[in-house]
Amino acid sequence: MEDTLKIVVLVKHVPDAQFDRHLNGEGHTADRDESILSELDEYALEAALQLAEARGGSKAGNQVIALSMGPSGAVNSVKKSLQMGATEGIHVTDEALAGSDAAATSLALAAAIRHVGQVDLVLTGMASTDGETSLVPAQLAERLGLPQVTFASTLEVDGGRLTARRDADTFSETVEAPLPAVVSVTDQINEPRYPNFKGIIAAKRKSITTLSLSDIGLSPDQVGFAGSWTAISSAEERPPRTAGTIITDEGDAGIKLVDFLAAQKLL
Amino acid sequence: MAKVLVFIDNPGSALKKSSLELLTLARSLGDSAVAVNGDVSDAVAASFAEYGASAVLRPSAQDLDEYLVAPKVTFLAAAAESTGAAIVLLDNSPEGKEIAARLGIRLGAGVITDVVSVDSDGSAHKAVLAGSYNTTCKAKTPVSILTIKANNVVPEPAAAHSTPEQGTVDVPAAGAVPAARVTAREQKVASGRPDLTDARIVVAGGRGMDGNFGPVEELADALGAAVGASRAATDAGWISHDAQVGQTGKTVSPQLYISAGISGAIQQKAGMQTSKVIVAVNKDAESPVFEIADFGIVGDVFDVLPQATAEIKKRKG
Ligand SMILES: Cc1cc2nc3c(=O)[nH]c(=O)nc-3n(C[C@H](O)[C@H](O)[C@H](O)COP(=O)(O)OP(=O)(O)OC[C@H]3O[C@@H](n4cnc5c(N)ncnc54)[C@H](O)[C@@H]3O)c2cc1C
Ligand SMILES: Nc1ncnc2c1ncn2[C@@H]1O[C@H](COP(=O)(O)O)[C@@H](O)[C@H]1O
Repeated sequence: MEDTLKIVVLVKHVPDAQFDRHLNGEGHTADRDESILSELDEYALEAALQLAEARGGSKAGNQVIALSMGPSGAVNSVKKSLQMGATEGIHVTDEALAGSDAAATSLALAAAIRHVGQVDLVLTGMASTDGETSLVPAQLAERLGLPQVTFASTLEVDGGRLTARRDADTFSETVEAPLPAVVSVTDQINEPRYPNFKGIIAAKRKSITTLSLSDIGLSPDQVGFAGSWTAISSAEERPPRTAGTIITDEGDAGIKLVDFLAAQKLL
Repeated sequence: MAKVLVFIDNPGSALKKSSLELLTLARSLGDSAVAVNGDVSDAVAASFAEYGASAVLRPSAQDLDEYLVAPKVTFLAAAAESTGAAIVLLDNSPEGKEIAARLGIRLGAGVITDVVSVDSDGSAHKAVLAGSYNTTCKAKTPVSILTIKANNVVPEPAAAHSTPEQGTVDVPAAGAVPAARVTAREQKVASGRPDLTDARIVVAGGRGMDGNFGPVEELADALGAAVGASRAATDAGWISHDAQVGQTGKTVSPQLYISAGISGAIQQKAGMQTSKVIVAVNKDAESPVFEIADFGIVGDVFDVLPQATAEIKKRKG
């Protein structure tokens, strides 16, 4: 069929923001003990699933491949993606990848996508909730030589072209691009589904391919701390904010608020 | 002296404060040149001289805005090569970061975003994990690309004006590179209030405003503040999505943040907890927002906000 899609969705395994997050070790990298599928990447996965379902889903030959690069635990984010409905998973993992910055991450992800072969669409979240740089989608597009559409709040695909809407502060715009393309989506685009019982059972039969660096044709010095183009030389934890004065309104709290602002010279 | 290149996109009739900040920072790091896309008015050209730029480079093509990012990267890469820049500075807007991202790959240069200050050796300082850590980072590559957060440098003209050399950088027609094309663009109506991301004061409302943002807007106007909101309020359509503060909205760091009817979820805190002073009004004393508030009021927003607005108006006369 002409209209089937092969979509790679990038899902990152990130420290859960509900817990205190820490930077550790010589490279000042985030501690990954309590990690989850980045909630911002669920929007990308949902967008991919909706595009595939609109074309008859996996039965009609549409593929939604969840791809995560990260330590062994990252396989859990791939599994959750399969439970939500992705058709297969890829986990790129190698000790040498630890400490990769955006340039090294995008290098590895680009190599893994090339390994998958011809794809129509690469979907990503708007930012990773730990790094928060939003650099990876643009760097990936540059490395793959593809058009990029970032921060899409709507996404339609028709006849080998995509149309998306983007919102900036002073304007909104409609953009078009030929496929294949790299698209990052915002949390406005949809409401991600929860894995249901059927999905959880079905996921057990889906395949997860584990790829090492050599599988994707890279050498250890190209990634990780060694291959990164930036380095963190120091990290200082800021003292957490502490609560100040709390009062209960007794009819004059608005005035007390203004007194406080005046005392702080904020009026 | 290090060569520093500043990218300024569509300056309009006069340079924005954030652009003046970039020019000031560039001059402090070395010999500064500007790569500018879009029309350059006389006022803008005069500012480049006033801020000591040694060269002003413009692209040979005019259609860079019709496509997303890629053609601007091509222009900037050529400008960086022709000036021999060791440091490229851009603003920290989403587009600034994307141009920086792709330029990094094009030039084999490390990219550091959200920078608040830069040392003379090119080390950059930034906060990470929602402001819970301050870090120092440095590019290991010959060229470093930094996107600079607004309001961290005091704009200062050079001691002596320069006479910038004017140059044109040859770039292919933008349509020649694979890029997404902009097919429609609608301007949004300006609110007339200060811009949320660099306002000195932000008054933000949440689900507790229950569909009525009037009290938030009136307090904001009495204080000359920008209006912000939680995602619950923007999702409900009570106020534009542009006002959202937090992980998937804007990150703000004003002198004063007044949080009204917002519980203080982790995603909201991510966008505002580096504010200098936080004031919270919430009727639930157990709300997590009180854990980070310098001044907290357990009370009803519909009582407290209007009373404060009236009192400010009275005091300001
Ligand atoms: C992926 C993702 C991204 C997100 N990004 C963001 C983001 O960028 N920004 C953001 O804000 N949220 C974000 N959220 C949502 C966030 O988790 C919270 O749901 C949201 O911040 C709650 O908004 P709220 O505090 O206004 O509403 P609630 O949590 O419902 O709190 C309303 C508060 O108002 C108080 N209240 C009610 N009536 C009154 C009254 N009359 N007077 C005084 N107080 C009153 C209540 O006591 C309560 O504390 C995100 C969530 C997800 C999953
Ligand atoms: N290690 C990774 N594995 C899979 N996807 C990633 C990884 N790092 C980043 N991404 C994707 O890139 C997006 C933006 O990440 P970032 O540029 O780090 O903010 C994320 O939302 C993911 O979709």
